[in-house]
Amino acid sequence: MTAVPEVMPAPVESGGLDLFRRPKETSGFWSWFTTIDHKKIGILYGTTALIFFVIAGIEALLIRLQLAGPNGTVLTAGQYNAMFTMHGTTMVFLVGMPMAVAFGNYLIPIMIGARDVAFPRMNMFGFWVFLFGGLFIYSSLFTGIANMPNGGWFGYTPLTSTPMSAGYLPGRGPDFWVIGLIMLGIGSTTSAINFVVTILNMRAPGMTLMRMPVFVWMMLVVAFLTVFALPIVTAALIMVFFDRNYLTNFFVAQNGGDPLLYQHLFWLFGHPEVYILILPGMGIVSEILPVMSRKPLFGYSVVVFSGIAIGFMGWGVWAHHMFATGLGPVAISAFGLATMLIAVPTGVKIFNWLGTVWGGSVKLNVPMLFSLGFIAMFTLGGLSGVTHSIVPADTQQTDTYYVVAHFHYVLFGGLVFAILGGIVYWFPKVFGRMMNERLGKLSFWVLFVGFNLTFFPMHFLGLTGMPRRTYRYTEGLGWDTLNLVVTAGGFIIALATLLFVSNAVWSWKRGPIAPADPWDGRTLEWSIPSPTPEYNFAAIPKVEARDDFWHRKYTEDDQGRLVRLPAGGSGEDAAVDVSSIHLPSPSYFPLVLAAGLPVIGYAAVYKNPWLAIPGVLLLLFGMYGWAIEPGTAED
Amino acid sequence: MAQAALPITHDTHGDHPAPSAGVTNTKLGMWVFLSSDCLFFGAFITTYLLYRNRNLAGPTPRSLYNIPFTSVTSFILLMSSLTMVLALAAIQRNDMRRFKVWVMATAVFGILFIGGQVFEFTEFYREGMSLRTNVSSSIFYVATGLHGLHVSVGIVWLMSLWGMAMQGKLGQRDAEAVEVSGLYWHFVDVVWIVIFAVVYLIP
Repeated sequence: MTAVPEVMPAPVESGGLDLFRRPKETSGFWSWFTTIDHKKIGILYGTTALIFFVIAGIEALLIRLQLAGPNGTVLTAGQYNAMFTMHGTTMVFLVGMPMAVAFGNYLIPIMIGARDVAFPRMNMFGFWVFLFGGLFIYSSLFTGIANMPNGGWFGYTPLTSTPMSAGYLPGRGPDFWVIGLIMLGIGSTTSAINFVVTILNMRAPGMTLMRMPVFVWMMLVVAFLTVFALPIVTAALIMVFFDRNYLTNFFVAQNGGDPLLYQHLFWLFGHPEVYILILPGMGIVSEILPVMSRKPLFGYSVVVFSGIAIGFMGWGVWAHHMFATGLGPVAISAFGLATMLIAVPTGVKIFNWLGTVWGGSVKLNVPMLFSLGFIAMFTLGGLSGVTHSIVPADTQQTDTYYVVAHFHYVLFGGLVFAILGGIVYWFPKVFGRMMNERLGKLSFWVLFVGFNLTFFPMHFLGLTGMPRRTYRYTEGLGWDTLNLVVTAGGFIIALATLLFVSNAVWSWKRGPIAPADPWDGRTLEWSIPSPTPEYNFAAIPKVEARDDFWHRKYTEDDQGRLVRLPAGGSGEDAAVDVSSIHLPSPSYFPLVLAAGLPVIGYAAVYKNPWLAIPGVLLLLFGMYGWAIEPGTAED
Repeated sequence: MAQAALPITHDTHGDHPAPSAGVTNTKLGMWVFLSSDCLFFGAFITTYLLYRNRNLAGPTPRSLYNIPFTSVTSFILLMSSLTMVLALAAIQRNDMRRFKVWVMATAVFGILFIGGQVFEFTEFYREGMSLRTNVSSSIFYVATGLHGLHVSVGIVWLMSLWGMAMQGKLGQRDAEAVEVSGLYWHFVDVVWIVIFAVVYLIP
C-alpha cells in the first residue's frame, strides 16, 4: 500500500479512475512489489524460502545444542517445544513447498514454451500470501519464544485444540499456527491452480503431454495433490480453531469428540504432502541426470507414470503415520500393504535414474554430484521407510529418532539435495552467470559428510529407544556420544550452507558470464538467452519431439553416434520484433488483496472483531480493484 | 475466488496459441478450484456423518430439523440455479435488460436462502441447541455455516456483476465472467443438495 504514491506514474488522461491505473515500471526496487512476471516471482519465492531455510536451520541448531549432551540447559522445555514445532512447520510450509513453487514458477513456462503463467496476478497473490503467512506465524515470536506455536508441526489434538485457558500449551502459539497454516493453504492452492491451468493450457504447439519435461510432469502431479490435500487440513484446522476459541468439542473425547479424527484428517493431507515435497525434487533430478550423462532419460514414460502412480497411491497410505493408535488389525494390515506397494513406483524411478547414468559420458560437476547424492540418500531414506510398513517394527520405532532419521534422509537428503543441485543447474539461466565450480564441489562434499554425520547416527539412537520431542535425556543411557556426533554434524551442515550461499551471492555478482546453453541441455529453456528475456521466447517455439532442443542440435549417424547439426536453429528469433510482444502490466492489487489476510488473521487470533473490519475492507478493495483495473498501463 | 474470474480479457497474451485443453484458462481454473472445494466440504460432511449420533447432552440437529421448511429454502436455492442459467443465456445473446433481471433474481433467491438459514439457526438456538451443546450440533453449525458463507460470497459476486451491468460496464464480451460465476453458483447449489440429503434427510 505504501508503495502506491512512489511508483505512481505522472497523471495522464485516463477517464477519472486514477486509483486503478496500472503501474508500468518493470525494473528497479519497487517493481518487485508490483511485478507479475513469473520469473521475478520465482526469484522472490526462492530467496524468501532460502531465508526461511536459514531460520529453520538456526532452530535446528538450537535443538542440537540442547541435545548435544545429557541434561542440556540451552533451552527450557517450552522453548524446546516451540523450536521443534517451528523447525518442522518452517521446513514443510515455508521452505519445501515454496521452493518447489519457485522452481515451478521460473521453469514451467520456459519449459513448455509459454510467455507467462495462466494467471499472472494470482501468481503474485500467492507469493504475498506465502510471505505474509510466514511472517504472521513468526510474529508470534513477539509473545515470547515459548509462546510460539508449540504443539508440533502436526498439531495433534487435544493438545492443540484445548483452549488456552486450560494451560496445556502456553500462549497463543497454536492460534497463530492454525490461522497461519490456513493462510499458507490459500497461497499454495492458488499457485497450484495456476500451475494446473498453465501446464494443461499454455503449452507451445507440438508440446504434447508426453513430450513435456519430467519436471513439468511432476509439478502437474504436485499441483493436483496440493489442490486436493490442502482443503482437508484446512477443514481440520477450522475445527481446531473452534475448539480452542469457541469451546466446541470436536476433539474432546469426554464430550463425544474424537481426537483420532484429527489425525485422520491431518494425515489424509499430510501423506500427500510428503509427495508434494519430494516429487519436485524427483523432477529436478530427472532433468539434471540426462543432461550430465548425455543420454535421454531412461524410460521416460515409466518415470512419468510412476510419478502419477505415486500421486494416486499417496492417498491410500496415510494411516501408516498412525499405526500406534490402535486402528485394529484389518486397517493396519491394509495400510501396511499399501505402504509396501507405494515403494514400487518409487523404486522404479531409482532404477530409471541409474539406467540413465549407466553407460553415459558422465560429467561429475556440481549439479550432477547433488543429483547422485539425491539418489543415494533418498534410497537410504526410502529403505528405512519400507521398514515402517512392517507394523510390529513400526510400533517399536514410532516416536523415536529412527523416524527422525528416516524423514530427514528423504526430505533433506532427497528434497534439499535436489533443490541445491537445481539452483546450481539453473543459476546461469536465471542470473546469467555460472556458479563457482570448486566452491560448489566443496559445499557439496561438506554437506554430504555433515548430513550423514547428523542423521545416520539417529537410526541407532532411535533403535536404542531415544524418543523424539523430549528436550532432555539423562546420562548413562548410551546416547551421549552419538548425540554429540549428531550435533557436530549439524554444525557441519551449517558450514556447508554458508559455503553454498556465499558461492551463490559471489557468483551472482562476479561469476563468469553464462552462455545460453552452458550444460548442452535438452529442454526448451536452454534454447533462449541467459538470463531469460522478459518475454521468454521471441517466437513461440514449435515442438516436434521430446527433448526438442537436443534434436535441434544433434542427430545420430548410422552407427548411432551423436553428430552435431550445423547451428542455425535460432534463426527464426532474429526475425521477430520483440518490442511488439505484449506482456501484462504489473499490478498493485495482488499485494492489497493479500495484505487483508494477516489483518483478519490477527483479528481471529485476538478475537477482536473490530480489527477484522479494515482487513475485510482491504480484501474488498483489493478484489474490486483487481476486477476493475485496466488490462494494461496506458503508454 | 471472485477476483479470479472477472479480468478474463486482461491477462491473456495476444499471440499465444489457443488453450491446449480446449477450455479457457479462467474456466479451467474455476473447475480446478471447485474440485478443491469438494474436498473441503467432503471433510466436513464426513465429520458430520461420524458425529451425527453422538448425543451426550442437549438436543441434536436431527431432533430439531423442520424438513418442510428446509425443503422450501432448498427449492428456492435450486430455482436460483435456473435463473442463473437464464442470466447467462441473456448476456450471451447481448440481452442486457433480461440479464440484469435474472442476475438480480439469482442474488435475491440466494438472499432468501441465507435468510432461511439465519431463521433456522435462530430457532435451533432458542430450542436449546447452541454451537457447543454437543459435537453433532457443532459440526452442523460449522458445516452448514461454511456453506452459507460460500452462498454469501456468491451473492456479493452476483450483485457486483449486476452493479457493473447497471453502470453499463458489462457486455456480451464478459459472458465468460458470468459463466464462471455461474459455475461457482451451481457448485454451491450442488453442495447444498448433498448437505440436504446427507445431513438433513438420511435418518
